[in-house]
Amino acid sequence: MSTIDADGLRRRTAALLAAHDPATTDRLDFLRARFDAGLAWVHFPAGLGGLDAPRSLQPVVEAELAAAGAPDNDPRRIGIGLGMAAPTILRYGTDEQKQRFLRPLWTGEEVWCQLFSEPGAGSDLAALATRAVRDGDTWTVDGQKVWTSGAHLARWAILIARTDPGLPKHQGITYFVCDMSDPGVEVRPLRQITGEAEFNEVFLTGVRIPDAHRLGGVGEGWRVASTTLMNERVAIGGARVPREGGMIGVVAETWRARPELRTHDLHQRLLTLWVEAEVARLTGERLRQQLAVGQPGPEGSGLKLSFARLNQEISGLEVELLGADGLAYDDWTMRRPEGVDFTGRDAGYRYLRAKGNSIEGGTSEVLLNIVAERVLGLPPEPRTDKDVAWKDLPR
Amino acid sequence: MTEPDLLYSEAETDLRSAVRSLLADRAQPAAVLARGETADPYDAGLWRVLAADMGTAGLLVPEKLGGQGAGPRETAVVLEELGRSVAPVPYLTSAVLAASALLACDTARDEVAGPLRALAEGRRVAALAIPLPAAPGAPPPVTVRADAAGTLSGEVSAVAGAAGAELLLVRADGGLYTVDAASEGVRVTGITALDRTRPLARVTLAGAPARRVAGEERATAAVDAALLAGAGLLASEQLGIAEWCLAETVRYAGERYQFGRPIGSFQAVKHRLAELWLQVASARAAARSAADALAADGAGGVEAALAVAVAQSYCGQVAVRAAEECVQLHGGIGMTWEHPAHLYLKRAKADQIALGAPGRHRETVAALADLPAP
Repeated sequence: MSTIDADGLRRRTAALLAAHDPATTDRLDFLRARFDAGLAWVHFPAGLGGLDAPRSLQPVVEAELAAAGAPDNDPRRIGIGLGMAAPTILRYGTDEQKQRFLRPLWTGEEVWCQLFSEPGAGSDLAALATRAVRDGDTWTVDGQKVWTSGAHLARWAILIARTDPGLPKHQGITYFVCDMSDPGVEVRPLRQITGEAEFNEVFLTGVRIPDAHRLGGVGEGWRVASTTLMNERVAIGGARVPREGGMIGVVAETWRARPELRTHDLHQRLLTLWVEAEVARLTGERLRQQLAVGQPGPEGSGLKLSFARLNQEISGLEVELLGADGLAYDDWTMRRPEGVDFTGRDAGYRYLRAKGNSIEGGTSEVLLNIVAERVLGLPPEPRTDKDVAWKDLPR
Repeated sequence: MTEPDLLYSEAETDLRSAVRSLLADRAQPAAVLARGETADPYDAGLWRVLAADMGTAGLLVPEKLGGQGAGPRETAVVLEELGRSVAPVPYLTSAVLAASALLACDTARDEVAGPLRALAEGRRVAALAIPLPAAPGAPPPVTVRADAAGTLSGEVSAVAGAAGAELLLVRADGGLYTVDAASEGVRVTGITALDRTRPLARVTLAGAPARRVAGEERATAAVDAALLAGAGLLASEQLGIAEWCLAETVRYAGERYQFGRPIGSFQAVKHRLAELWLQVASARAAARSAADALAADGAGGVEAALAVAVAQSYCGQVAVRAAEECVQLHGGIGMTWEHPAHLYLKRAKADQIALGAPGRHRETVAALADLPAP
């Protein structure tokens, strides 16, 4: 660990800004220079965009750069690369892989997507059936992936595939970096109940992956994927919110602005949800305070459950409150949005999109199992599939 | 709006350990159950150690008035532990409600400072004679008259902690009065209460000698300040109740075998416990927020009033839910007199009502958060 502190970071940031004036430097050139100065993600190693500094010091850099009007790397657009691919490459990648992938990933020159879920492997991800067969230094991949956001924009994908069907399901999986420009990759939009398509189906037919693009050992894919998924759960539901931040604020504003819509029944339900949203906000705040003093609590896995339920109930109440307007929908046009924006659309959209909150990133049912078994220490359900070769599992 | 400090300080954690080990020694569920069968309103031996020897009776009271000069955050930690053991001690009624009412009077006057000191040092037990349920923001009815001679007459129903109290704080027309419970003209009659660990009594005054400690206006404010502090800190007691119920039920679900496996391995059971865990974790944030707001904001601020209303709207229901789940998931044994689950259920249900039912507190939220009724 280096001994760099906040002042040291401020000095380096000032030096970066002096050498590359944001007002006159090309956006991409600035981002590359920032990466090379170790100010991209300061907790990463030197030479890979970081300075081995504590992660908690990153806001120091962000504040200095924002004050100077420096461009950012548009983190919303490259969330999967930053939040999932990068930590996995850092932990399991070879030196060559880290050098090749991390810089364009961080600058956003290369967008990443995630090829994990399959039509037959959702909550039971380890049951995945996409096959990778080795021939010398090359793997050939065949199968189908689903719920892939950004696949149509991505240059690279993190992919898990079955490399040994004769082993129990968790053991025969290997983790790869897949080139999305390979001719065997076909991306089709997957239209959702909202009318738009945030996600894709991805068909893999004879896709060739060099062995040099394997992350971790053959058969080690489940362990590598666990790193990725842990980072996903940290990313969901982790943002700081002010009071009435999020959906409850939208409904509260409507309630105040339109007295003619109020009924006693809606009032009781609004107050109950307002209190629950405020308590969920405080619970998130308490978790952040624990993290800040280095006592991470298990509340994180619970917060996603709270926010999923609250988003669904609040948006449902909002459609009901709106009455006649709740019968309308803003737009069913098939679009390909780059991210989810709960406040940029009408109530009907929020209501429909929130249905995904208890499914994506771990269903609420699976999260309850995780809380019960890992936090409360309750015994697991008996498993009939754990020690059976994947090829012999009923499906 | 600055964010509240929702964690526990080192001193608070130490205080918790001390109280918890005392209660583990002297207030095991079996002991609490047995005590319910006696005529004593509370455990005087336990109270002496907790209130006087450990000094917890004076946590809210400044040092110059004989207290510990701590505050609502520390008091909340004691209440968490007391909720966890449903210990029959007059902590909420004497050290919180009565102490807060006296603290809101003019403490420079001897007739206020004297009783406050005795109460803070754990030498006397006091009770605020207001009829439950009572909630902040809604002055309780005044049913006692003061006559020209300064004696009090009237009746107050359902007073928590009156039985066994040596000093009564009585709201009568004209102000707030202290009454020595041993005086002639004072009768305290026990009421058969749902929660026997926090006894209720009817206080009847017939020309009882009294000292006025606050005039009309200040008396109203003092009672409201006491109710606000009481409601806000009760959330921590409710958290403690819920914590015990969750921990005990998780333990049981891991040990109880049916159909050849622990019942806690069935998703129908474990999902309920996971949901409950999440609610308890949320109740902790709400209860800490209320305690911190009372400490930062005093009793007069909008932030404190809102934080208390949010905590009471939420935590009361969590405690009841936890106790109900505790009974249900214990199956038959949870329904017996022998198992302590019912002590927690009764305390939780009584607590949910005592200082304002959740619906009352949501009305306060409606007013403070500008969410008006139709």
